[in-house]
Amino acid sequence: MTENTDLRYTAEHEWVLIEGSVATIGITAYAAAQLGDIVYLDLPEAGTAIAGGSVVGEIESTKSVGELFAPVDGTVVETNAAVVDSPELVNSDPLGEGWLIKVEFTELPTLLSADEYGALTGAGA
Amino acid sequence: MTDTARRTDITRPADITRPTDLFASRHIGTDAAAQRHMLETIGYDTTADLMRAAVPTAIQFDRSLADSLVPPAATEREAVAELRALAGQNRVSRSYLGLGYYDTVTPAVIKRNVLENPSWYTAYTPYQPEISQGRLEALINFQTMVADLTGLATANASMLDEATAAVEGMLLARRASKSRSNRFLVDADAFPQTISLLRDRAEAVGIDIVVTVLDSVDHPSHPLSDADVDAFGVFVQYPGASGRLWNPNEVIGTVQAAGGIAVVAADLLALTLVTSPGELGADVAVGTSQRFGVPMGFGGPHAGYMAVRAGLERQLPGRLVGVSVDAAGHSAYRLSLQAREQHIRREKATSNICTAQVLLAVMAGMYAVYHGPEGLRAIAEGVNGSARALAARLASAGHEIVHADFFDTVLVLVPGRARGLAAEAHEHGLLIGVVDDDTVRIALDETTTDSDLLELTRAFGVTTSGSPEEGSAEEVTDVVPTIPDGLVRTSEFLTHPVFNTHRSETSMMRYLKRLADADYALDRGMIPLGSCTMKLNAASEMEAVTWREFAGIHPFAPKADVAGYLELVRQLEQWLADVTGYDSVSLQPNAGSQGELAGLLAIRGYHRSRGDEARTVCLIPSSAHGTNAASAVLAGMKVVVVACDELGNVDLDDLRQKIEAHSADLAALMITYPSTHGVYEHEVTEICRLVHEAGGQVYVDGANLNALLGYARFGDFGGDVSHLNLHKTFCIPHGGGGPGVGPVAAKAHLAPFLPSHPFTQEAEHLLIDGETVVHGGPQISAAPYGSPSILPISWAYVRMMGLEGLAEATASAVLAANYVAARLAPHFPVLYTGENGLVAHECILDLRGITQASGVSVDDVAKRLVDYGFHAPTMSFPVPGTLMVEPTESEDLAEIDRFVDAMIAIRAEIDRVAAGEWPADDNPLRNAPHTAQSVVQGEWEHAYDRESAVYPVASLVRGKYWPPVRRIDQAYGDRNLVCACPPPEAFE
Repeated sequence: MTENTDLRYTAEHEWVLIEGSVATIGITAYAAAQLGDIVYLDLPEAGTAIAGGSVVGEIESTKSVGELFAPVDGTVVETNAAVVDSPELVNSDPLGEGWLIKVEFTELPTLLSADEYGALTGAGA
Repeated sequence: MTDTARRTDITRPADITRPTDLFASRHIGTDAAAQRHMLETIGYDTTADLMRAAVPTAIQFDRSLADSLVPPAATEREAVAELRALAGQNRVSRSYLGLGYYDTVTPAVIKRNVLENPSWYTAYTPYQPEISQGRLEALINFQTMVADLTGLATANASMLDEATAAVEGMLLARRASKSRSNRFLVDADAFPQTISLLRDRAEAVGIDIVVTVLDSVDHPSHPLSDADVDAFGVFVQYPGASGRLWNPNEVIGTVQAAGGIAVVAADLLALTLVTSPGELGADVAVGTSQRFGVPMGFGGPHAGYMAVRAGLERQLPGRLVGVSVDAAGHSAYRLSLQAREQHIRREKATSNICTAQVLLAVMAGMYAVYHGPEGLRAIAEGVNGSARALAARLASAGHEIVHADFFDTVLVLVPGRARGLAAEAHEHGLLIGVVDDDTVRIALDETTTDSDLLELTRAFGVTTSGSPEEGSAEEVTDVVPTIPDGLVRTSEFLTHPVFNTHRSETSMMRYLKRLADADYALDRGMIPLGSCTMKLNAASEMEAVTWREFAGIHPFAPKADVAGYLELVRQLEQWLADVTGYDSVSLQPNAGSQGELAGLLAIRGYHRSRGDEARTVCLIPSSAHGTNAASAVLAGMKVVVVACDELGNVDLDDLRQKIEAHSADLAALMITYPSTHGVYEHEVTEICRLVHEAGGQVYVDGANLNALLGYARFGDFGGDVSHLNLHKTFCIPHGGGGPGVGPVAAKAHLAPFLPSHPFTQEAEHLLIDGETVVHGGPQISAAPYGSPSILPISWAYVRMMGLEGLAEATASAVLAANYVAARLAPHFPVLYTGENGLVAHECILDLRGITQASGVSVDDVAKRLVDYGFHAPTMSFPVPGTLMVEPTESEDLAEIDRFVDAMIAIRAEIDRVAAGEWPADDNPLRNAPHTAQSVVQGEWEHAYDRESAVYPVASLVRGKYWPPVRRIDQAYGDRNLVCACPPPEAFE
């Protein structure tokens, strides 16, 4: 369960990949493992305006219902249809095929490095 | 000479007249010798010593039995005779009152093989799906039936009653609607008890109810104004309370166009003849399945229902049965979407419904299985035909019939005479509904006969001499069932083979037997579920439930008809208040969660009555059951979590801080006593004092009352209000996941805020001191006394135990839990204990270390217990990775030892996995449970042998419960949601 050093992280166990003005957002391997078998995702539709820090979706596993927090202000430009159809992708490849949404952001808040996030989960990067 | 010398006394004189049917020693599983052995094991001389050491001194009471209102124990025969006398004070009138409650014929094969069969009524909620396939199939039949009849995609496994289902429909509409409005439109022609419940529940969560005429005689298609459609949803009764059958399609479309959700309450029997809500565009359908063979019972229990269109299934409250696959790839049933239940969502919950009415849903589903689509349609045609015949006869005698189109309910104009006519009819044993001074309502049902129709027409002064202008019996045959154009049902329903197979009683009996055989209930062995109190549901206690004098009564019957019921209610209210230290009790709530809600609403009402409107914060310990938080949210409160210390007790420092932070807005603290960790918290008196000092009220959750009864009382140590679970402590069977009864008990200052009901037969309730109080708080259930037909069970339990017996049961339950803890402690760490190292009535076995060392999980142990012939303890509540064991007082020593020995044997198996003797992914634990097929089919290629798979102990060879499926894949079922009967090929 290693996290990718190219990514930025949040304390809500999400990762953010910055490409130009678009942020791709997913949940960390740590979060996916804690949630267990993920069975359902409720994600915001493309075009939805989101505010950083607010709850914009739900990630449901057989054990619990987790919330997806928006790490940035912006507008959703794409939702990963593949994970909606096959939620298990979030478990099998949380940092890759298991991405959740892409957001066109206006301003980038301070995010955690892989090391900082690793310290948070007590795992080391 | 005499032969006296050769005789031997075989008994002492005092024993000669000793009754042979004393109950307490039958209810309590361990006798004196067994208890001596158990006491020795844990190091105490007597149960009195044990209880003195376990229960904190500060809360123990020392009451003389003479001070109690609970009478000394009656024998089984005496109690049943007293119930007979109470039943005799009820009068079973012929009810034509309708409004969601109709007389019905319970097929005898269903009454005997389900309602009166412990294999069905003593089962628990099917959380362990591998040993619950029978009732899960029965429930999926119910879901399929509801989905088919309502024309919607997915139905849940039942709701508490129709009115609460309507409330849940309203709450679902609010979260699913795109409208930002706070208004909910309610059909003025909805059942009055539903409208009043919607109003009361909406008020607490800030919803505006707008009751409006959606359709009327004067406005055949009443157009909704733009102002009206500013609403997040609409509630339509179909057919209406007035009986009128009309097409709500336009109203539904108008509200939906404005972003609202349409909730339609529909009569399931009518839906066999009329267009379904789904086809009319409804998003949600709710209602009751009572008239599908479940007696009226003075209001309940019955299974309410809820169905939703595709896309809303994940918004469904309550329980939902779905199809998944087991480890061998075979189809298997399970409860779906458990993570959405309130126990996970806590203060984010959108519903506090955590239970269903399984036993009643099973009955209603089986009624449909037995009758099939043609049978149901024929019943509906009979009902409609009777209604049309009655209307025709009254019309031809000159009476005006208000509505031309109806299913089963006829509204008749009798200017100025309505009350007099109904009163006179009552004298003849007929109950006719009074709508207003000029109008009466007559609802017909499956049991209506020609002579009933004659009797009814006579009540209107119509003679049956045969003169045609006055209407005559002969005319009845000319009347045919009629449904208005455009509303005739054309779609098929109940096409699945299960609804088209079991027409003979033999076939039905065997189907019910086959399903029952698939399940593990108390009639097979111990169900040691912590926090569930799976004690004996005695045969004598069950006896009165199906008596016509209790079962055959409409919930809104006049007071004169229900004297026996009211006396039973009065006595039970007094006894429950007496044993808990409260002043007044309401029996209205249909489940523990509803009792919680009623109690919190009483607290809310009390604060508001004093002008303390800001008091809205509810403190809840982190260890609390999730329902607590969900109920608080629905009572309009804000939840603030209080930390627990490492022993599982409320963290007093954190409590002080939270109280200080909320000194101005503290409404209540909710605690469970003994705690959810199964420990008698010693600081409870201090905790209650702190809350009271800050102006808050103390809600004590009575889920664990079985550890306290007869030794301490909530009301004495600081509780202001509590709910009790009659289905735990007071012997109402769990029914496989309902019914439940969750009375709310309160101190005198909260009593005026306990649940009221618009149709209650007796608004005044006795206080413990003999004074009376009017319960004037928010309504909580559809019927005034909730589920009265099962109250004789708890009444009989208290009557046959007496206070002494109840205390003895408590001590025996605590002894059993401590015996289990003591015997298992060397093998599994016991997580929490109170002072003196004692637990209360349950103990938590901590498997987390074992799981870390061996990879064997709580799931593995739970499923392996099935192979040993046991139902698993409660898994991962209140602490993840643990098992909570509650043996109750009803298990005997042999059964307790059999369980302990099984757990010890399982521990030895775990050690072999940990030692590497068996692979972590191929051992008897990981592969449990083992079906017969799994050990006979193909080559055996496991690291352990077949015998240790299925016969780990020798006693199983002669009598074993065989699970019908292997371990079920939870994730697969949630990802691929299928909640209706799968085709038969799925099981090939």
